[in-house]
Amino acid sequence: MQYLISVIDDGQAQAAGRIDSATADEAAAIDVFNEQMQTDGHWVFAGGLGDPSAATVIDNRGDEPIISDGPYIESKEFLAGFWIIEAADLDVALRLAREASRACNRKVEVRPVLQEEA
Amino acid sequence: MNDGVVNDVANAITLAHREEWARVVATVAKRFGDLDIAEDAASDAFAVAVERWPADGVPPNPGGWLTTTANRKAIDLIRRENNRDRKHKEAVMIIDNEPAPPVGVIDDDRLRLIFACCHPALAMESRVALTLRMVGGLTVDEIARALFVQESAMARRITRAKTKIKQARIPFRVPSADDLPERLYGVLAVLFLVFNEGYLATGRDAAPVRDDLTAEGIRLTRLIRDLMPEDGEVAGLLAMMLLIDARRPARLSASGELVTIDEQNRGAWDRALIAEGHALVRERLRANTPPGRYQILAAINAVHTSAPDFRDTDWSQVVALYDQLIQLDPSPIVALNRAVAVAELDGPDVALAAVDRLGGALNDYHAFHATRADLLRRLRRTTEAREAYDRAIELAGNAAETASLIRRRDRL
Repeated sequence: MQYLISVIDDGQAQAAGRIDSATADEAAAIDVFNEQMQTDGHWVFAGGLGDPSAATVIDNRGDEPIISDGPYIESKEFLAGFWIIEAADLDVALRLAREASRACNRKVEVRPVLQEEA
Repeated sequence: MNDGVVNDVANAITLAHREEWARVVATVAKRFGDLDIAEDAASDAFAVAVERWPADGVPPNPGGWLTTTANRKAIDLIRRENNRDRKHKEAVMIIDNEPAPPVGVIDDDRLRLIFACCHPALAMESRVALTLRMVGGLTVDEIARALFVQESAMARRITRAKTKIKQARIPFRVPSADDLPERLYGVLAVLFLVFNEGYLATGRDAAPVRDDLTAEGIRLTRLIRDLMPEDGEVAGLLAMMLLIDARRPARLSASGELVTIDEQNRGAWDRALIAEGHALVRERLRANTPPGRYQILAAINAVHTSAPDFRDTDWSQVVALYDQLIQLDPSPIVALNRAVAVAELDGPDVALAAVDRLGGALNDYHAFHATRADLLRRLRRTTEAREAYDRAIELAGNAAETASLIRRRDRL
């Protein structure tokens, strides 16, 4: 079973005076956490995200693609990065998320990735 | 068939529902890994019992009969689902067949069910509703009425919680030894909330004391006690509930006003519940392990229920127990309750000074203003007392409590 751990920045990047999210200390803690996840077989994929101002929204459901500058939702909180993890159940996922939150110094959200229908 | 037999069968069904519902749901949930199916199959099994037992007689082992019937119903339900949707997936709820970890925990499917329903990833209100439905066997309509939520909203809340358990894979297991104390504490908090909502209902239009909810809180706590007989906090919570519930007959006046403990007719207290509660408290004292929050609260209630008269209360012991509680739970509410005991031990002026220090944190809490008002009245600071009563009346949610506050204010 896979879970998405979303990293939610609610002012940490701004407080650190940075555009990209993690400080050097945070990045080091994240590296340690990632290595442990790989050793324990929980690691699937992860990434940090560029600043929301670097986002571009595309809507191609109509006749012409509409391209707009900036994030689809303006808010103080933004998605700063994510992990995809492998975990047997929510208890395991929550334990990893606790460590993830500590490592990246931000709150995180855990959501199950829907499994493919057999 | 005579009326006696009909009544016997009806009683047997009621008894089986009370005793066996949680076991039936838990057993089916474990076998098929799906709470929805377990709930429906258990309901169906009881419906079959209502239909068949009057004609066929009550089976020798009602619990076994109900479980077998529910299992068969679950298979029917799954077949029907599969026919409707060929892509229907195997149920995803995870089941851990490891034996329960710590000493004193009986590995019982009902315990797995309780821990799943009280999982910290569910909102508190969902935990309460789901526990009452899945473990307590109350209908959605009963839960909706008990908690003053519309039935459709309550049905949605329960469905959402079940969906989350399934989709996010909340496990059907007794937590590991590391997590157990914290998770058990979460379960006990749910049961205490159920009991408390019965003991002091919050709705202004609600019956002030809800016997159904206090009884349900006690029944579910007894169940956990049976399953975890060694756990001190479980014993403590049960003892506290029993010792509070013992005072229920004296809690409302003839005119429906809440009667505070200093004015209660102690002769009306339930001696059997007090004896049971005291025995549990003594058991915990003999265990000689550091008590948790519920054990301390039980001990405080044991001191109150040991006194033949309010004036005989051993206040120094009550204050000492609150001091112990504050070490574990330094919340302003505990400090407020401690101050009430301090008023009896050291006088209302000392207590008022302590209460006034809590004003920042508790300014919107009716009991804070009610306590201040009583202390100010005793210190003959009438104008301030009246203001405090007014504020308490404004904030109080329970009709009987409001009536009692109004009477105390008007007596000034």
